Amino acid sequence: MTIEEWLKAAIADAERRGLPELKPLLEALAQATRALRAARFGGQAHGPAEH
Amino acid sequence: MALLSIDTFARRLRAREISAVDMIDTCLRRIEASNTRLNAYILVMADEARRQAAEADRELAAGVDRGPLHGVPISVKDIFDVAGTVTTAASRVREGLVAEHDAPVIARLRHAGAIIVGKTNLHEFAFGTTNEDSAFGPARNPLDETRSPGGSSGGSAASVAAEMALGTLGTDTGGSIRIPAAACGLVGLKPAYGELPASGVVPLSRTLDHVGPIAASVTDAWHMFHALHDRAPVKPLAPTPVRALRLAVPRRYFCELLDDDVRSAFEAAVEKLGRDGATIVDVDIPHASLIATVYLHIVFGDAAAYHADTLDAMPERYTPNVRLRLEMARYVTAEDYVRALDGRRTLTREVNEALTGSDALMLPTLPIVAPPIGATTVQVGAVREAVRTVMLRLTQLFNLTGHPAVSLPCGTSESGLPCGLQLAGVAGQTRTLLQVARGVEMALGG
Repeated sequence: MTIEEWLKAAIADAERRGLPELKPLLEALAQATRALRAARFGGQAHGPAEH
Repeated sequence: MALLSIDTFARRLRAREISAVDMIDTCLRRIEASNTRLNAYILVMADEARRQAAEADRELAAGVDRGPLHGVPISVKDIFDVAGTVTTAASRVREGLVAEHDAPVIARLRHAGAIIVGKTNLHEFAFGTTNEDSAFGPARNPLDETRSPGGSSGGSAASVAAEMALGTLGTDTGGSIRIPAAACGLVGLKPAYGELPASGVVPLSRTLDHVGPIAASVTDAWHMFHALHDRAPVKPLAPTPVRALRLAVPRRYFCELLDDDVRSAFEAAVEKLGRDGATIVDVDIPHASLIATVYLHIVFGDAAAYHADTLDAMPERYTPNVRLRLEMARYVTAEDYVRALDGRRTLTREVNEALTGSDALMLPTLPIVAPPIGATTVQVGAVREAVRTVMLRLTQLFNLTGHPAVSLPCGTSESGLPCGLQLAGVAGQTRTLLQVARGVEMALGG
């Protein structure tokens, strides 16, 4: 799932649960998650073995 | 005015210049005079404390000396189980949950002769840095009551800064011991991860939570650490001579976003230590800019799991801000949590490398002085940042890596508010770190 897809689903879920005020917090979390994924810590299936 | 230290009280107690009962009565009088304003204590255990103090005096008269904490009034963050009291974690969620047993660290304090004065206020569930979101209302900084004492162990630090106790027990998941210590002009120690048992403590994140003391001096922190660590006799604290100190300063990231007063105080300390013969080198943590990102994915994942049931069953019992942040935390995905764990390993390796050849990393504790109560953002140089983000910026790394870290006072701002200096030691070497910290404290005039 891309971050954009995740964010859209999270905001929709928060609204469904009566928590629309979560939207700015989720947008901030998405920004942090974007940075985390871009750092590429750890290994990936299409990459060298980890040592 | 210097606070009465545990060390000084211990000497005066044995010289029969003061009794444990005198000391506890003094603390209780201060609580009666100031706690309504400072809101440091949630629960004062006056009768039990007086009984314990009388017993401590009787023991000493009979030749039973339990060591440096004998008869010392200690406060406890209300996140630790103390038998027969509700462990509130400053939340209505925990109403009526009376602890049956003391947490192991509380039992160790009692065994060392400490007297538990009461339980102190905190940011609800330790999930914040200002102590403002508490079911019991905000704690206030004794040095300026319009300001936060820091958090989450804010009531704890306030209780020591206002001399309502001589030491206190806190927890630190992202800086919650070191931040309030810095904001209140005290010494706060986060030992190495796992060094002190965290059972009998309401968790925020089991993989980041640390237990440790806040006190008036490094020597007092040493005494408390020994009592908390094991039941072995306390060895005297031998400071590392300043000329033997090898300190590494991670300037990039850690010294970039600092209030002018904090920067001046920190640079003055670095200069003084260098002038006195300490070896000071610059080092780098390559992934420092990702610390906050890695940290929040782990702490959110852990906290969300712990709070999921009560968020669904009794959401109205949380303070609004803490509830919202916990709800946000529930959206962290498993794959991002695992990425953060990988990031944590990378950061741990980088801190170990930065410490190679040095006794400790040296950096400020807080980029700002204690913030005004009610502030949600703060101006730091040209940048306006969220208070919480700024306050965690320099401390949370060592929760991720588990290295021991201590904050000690390092000058004041123009308005007289304290600044904090942080030292992070070699993995697992908390005692050595305290020896280094005592050397630094002495060199800086403490």
